Amino acid sequence: MVTAFRDIYSVLWVDLRFLRRHWLRTLATSLVNPLLYLVAFGYGLGSGIRFDGYNYLAFVMPGIIALTAMSSSYGGAGLKLHVDRLFYKCFDEYLMSPISLFSLAVGKTLIGVVRGLISTVAILVVGVLISDALMVTPLFVLVLVISCFVFSFLGVLVGLVAKSHQDMGTFSTLVILPMTFLSGTFFSLSQLPEAVTAVLYMFPLTHSSLCLRAAALDQPFPWLSFAALLGFGVAFFAGCMWALKKASV
Amino acid sequence: MEEFIVTEKLTKKYGDVTAIDGLDLKVHAGEIYGFLGPNGAGKTTTIRVLTTLTKPTSGRALVNGFDVVKEPDAVKKMIGVVQQHVSLDRDLTVKENMEFRARLHHLGSSERKKRIGELLDYVGLTEEADRLVDDLSGGMKKRAMIVSSLMHSPKVLFLDEPTVGLDAQTRRRLWDLIRRLHLDGTTVFLTTHYIEEAEALCQRVGIIDQGRLIDLGKPLELRQRLGLVTVETLVNNKETRYQYFADRAAATSYVQNLPPEAKTVIIRESNLEDVFVELTGRKVGAD
Repeated sequence: MVTAFRDIYSVLWVDLRFLRRHWLRTLATSLVNPLLYLVAFGYGLGSGIRFDGYNYLAFVMPGIIALTAMSSSYGGAGLKLHVDRLFYKCFDEYLMSPISLFSLAVGKTLIGVVRGLISTVAILVVGVLISDALMVTPLFVLVLVISCFVFSFLGVLVGLVAKSHQDMGTFSTLVILPMTFLSGTFFSLSQLPEAVTAVLYMFPLTHSSLCLRAAALDQPFPWLSFAALLGFGVAFFAGCMWALKKASV
Repeated sequence: MEEFIVTEKLTKKYGDVTAIDGLDLKVHAGEIYGFLGPNGAGKTTTIRVLTTLTKPTSGRALVNGFDVVKEPDAVKKMIGVVQQHVSLDRDLTVKENMEFRARLHHLGSSERKKRIGELLDYVGLTEEADRLVDDLSGGMKKRAMIVSSLMHSPKVLFLDEPTVGLDAQTRRRLWDLIRRLHLDGTTVFLTTHYIEEAEALCQRVGIIDQGRLIDLGKPLELRQRLGLVTVETLVNNKETRYQYFADRAAATSYVQNLPPEAKTVIIRESNLEDVFVELTGRKVGAD
């Protein structure tokens, strides 16, 4: 157990060194998208609209936080792993060392969680300043942390199975990008036909934004979505372990 | 002599392609064993199997008595690997890379510090300790890779084509470093397609072609088996023929009796390349 924690930290340590060296660049790039959404949709498009009884800014803020958690965690965990594995080929060093695959998977996930939390906290500060309806409850923090884990697991999984840079790009375009816009981040799912909603429930971000919004705006909490989010986390982590087992002897 | 690495009928197939084909190897403890062969002969695949990165299709491989498939963790603790490409984290400094490897191998904080200092000094990289790997020259990167792989004091060091792409001076410095490791008791398993490297460094050389070990011996023995003296003759100005002789006297007498159409005769010492060409009909380094 102690060894597992030490190994997890050893894996995380490398990525933290990297982050420490490039923290400003990392933070800046991960904040550009959410800030653009905030300005374009929150202020630009949505200034006159009300949703579910809230002004649009209050409504959209949890959605933007959810998608920030997704993109920062997914990218933070997956991109460097992918480059290390396929281009620099230094990922082999982990596989040749006597640490368990579990520690490796968790260690590689944690950097995504760290980066996801840094970005979302930065956006959250902006959100609390501009919208007084937004509440940071313990449940909100819990959902946020779980979301970061879920999308980091996804990043590690995709980083491990992608066979080329194109694969990463394809996944981003076909899965991450649609998820960003469609998962109830910018609008309420109740506005959509049921058939479409059913499809959108297959995205983890949908559940993440539903839970975050309910927690932040003090609405009835969608426990079923919370369970679904946990389910996605378990499935993605199992996928990571499977991919690592396949990659090692 | 104690066998440190043993493979028995080791085979690795990728689909229809057979990378290693029933390979039987015995590497003695403490020796520098050279694995010589052309590109695509199966050298890197063999290293990948021995270092637990690739699962063999059949046969088995043991490192210090531990099976690489059944007991990979025991194997991982005693191997150090210097890959062909730069496998360090380029965004970290030399020292950070070394610390990272030490952490992966569970070295404590004070031991890490001590070992980093010693090893940097050992390879003359102390000045470069805090430079990013990306900013180092090719030779320095290689030395940094070697010291990183030595952090946990491995019993055997695998070096995959250690001097590819390095200039002659850097190459010789690396050779000296490898000799020093050998003198300090490390078993060294190195692949190369540079004949002179195998001759300069290795106690024994295994020649591999198309995934099979086709000859094995001390460099001198291999050359003796072929004939220590080579005569190159240009026939009709287009075809070079090679003949091998036990000594210069035999070679000279052959040359004196050559027909008139044979021109430009060179008498020289045979090298491992001659051995290789005779065994495989191909030049080392050719694909």
